[in-house]
Amino acid sequence: MSASNKHALTLRLVHWINVPLICLMIWSGILIYWANDIYPGFFPQWFYDAFKIPYRLAEGMALHYLVGWGFVINGLIYLVWFFCSGHWREVLPTPVDLKYALPTVLHDLGLRKKAPPQARFNAVQKLAYTGAIAMGVLVTLSGFAIYKPVQLAWLTSVFGGYEGARFIHFLMTVLLSAFIIVHIVQVVRAGWNNFRAMVAGFEIDEAGRD
Amino acid sequence: MTDSLRRRSLISFFVFGLGMAAFVAGFFILRAQPLVQGTPKPFREVMELNGKIWKKFEKASRQNFAEPPPKGKIPRVNGDVGLAKQVDPATWKMEVIADDADPEARPVFVTLKEIMKLPRTDTALNFRCIEGWSEDMAFAGVKFSDFMKAYNLKGKAYVGLTTVDGKYYVSIDIESMLHDQTLLAYEMNGLPLKHGNGAPLRLVIPNKYGIKNLKQIGKIFFSDTRPPDYWAEIGYDWYAGL
Repeated sequence: MSASNKHALTLRLVHWINVPLICLMIWSGILIYWANDIYPGFFPQWFYDAFKIPYRLAEGMALHYLVGWGFVINGLIYLVWFFCSGHWREVLPTPVDLKYALPTVLHDLGLRKKAPPQARFNAVQKLAYTGAIAMGVLVTLSGFAIYKPVQLAWLTSVFGGYEGARFIHFLMTVLLSAFIIVHIVQVVRAGWNNFRAMVAGFEIDEAGRD
Repeated sequence: MTDSLRRRSLISFFVFGLGMAAFVAGFFILRAQPLVQGTPKPFREVMELNGKIWKKFEKASRQNFAEPPPKGKIPRVNGDVGLAKQVDPATWKMEVIADDADPEARPVFVTLKEIMKLPRTDTALNFRCIEGWSEDMAFAGVKFSDFMKAYNLKGKAYVGLTTVDGKYYVSIDIESMLHDQTLLAYEMNGLPLKHGNGAPLRLVIPNKYGIKNLKQIGKIFFSDTRPPDYWAEIGYDWYAGL
């Protein structure tokens, strides 16, 4: 039995710092959204009541515009590292990954016996992680477009105006939340060795692999 | 698993747990700080810092233009603090104080007729409420900068405004008040202002949230220190810039 290094320290730090930050951003975002919940029926009343969300707009904004800076700075550190370290080569999907995407999903669902060949990340992981990065960038840019629609009017117009930017900001949050849920399910399914690698950095090589 | 790996794993999880606990503890410590105007101090300080940062990059040339809605379109009415009583535009007078620190300074009283004699400015903007909604609205009135010139007001760092009954009040930085689209407005969507929208005279300020667009003005005063602000006192950002 031997071990190999899997995740770089920078990646692990940025990832785990992002966890509380994104939780607080989503939570404070819901406090803000309640004040003008224009997408009908998205959050039912019992949800608002259960988490005591009503009438906390001021608190939500105070939190959002404090934690937001942390989210932006942490995200920028990640993006710089992503490109400088060459990590992007392992994450950004290639045409081959598109071909393997469906077989990988079928394998995950137990509908296909053999897993398609992969490097560090499989085809669906690459697509999902790349999507999450894109959503993180879009949620940030659309956030600034709503935050300063006069000062950053050019950015707001990129998103089709103020209401357009609000919609993109909301949609990206929903998609990121969906990503997080699937991500957690997959991590639980992958087991302890995989999870430990994200904390301690190393992975025990299993017999028959590598 | 070798001892060295076990050790590495243990240390990593210890640091991981410590870090997460520090985050949670830090969050609750921040929240437990004494309140400054309805908000824990660190949050208030970051709000003020954010205001300063964005003000640094503010340019008077940045406008908030929108297509004017069709004449007579009923605008949304939102918020009735300070509007308990209707005011007769014929007898209404606005009190203007050039320097709130000068006990010698006599207030000037201005009627609606006098306001309407000043140069008229028309503008249409996307009005944005801090709650999240927005609506294109057209306004007509006198530019605040033209009003200051006409009444020979020198200005101070801050402008304070209150409703006729004094129950709603805001304070705004002078730079935003001097913006080209900042009006003392008496018309909305092509019709005389209605009570719910702030008759007889209201403030329209394009680079601030709706909360600063005070209705039914009773008093305007200039000050070197920041006058009280209704929403900033109950936890909202004072700068409220867009």
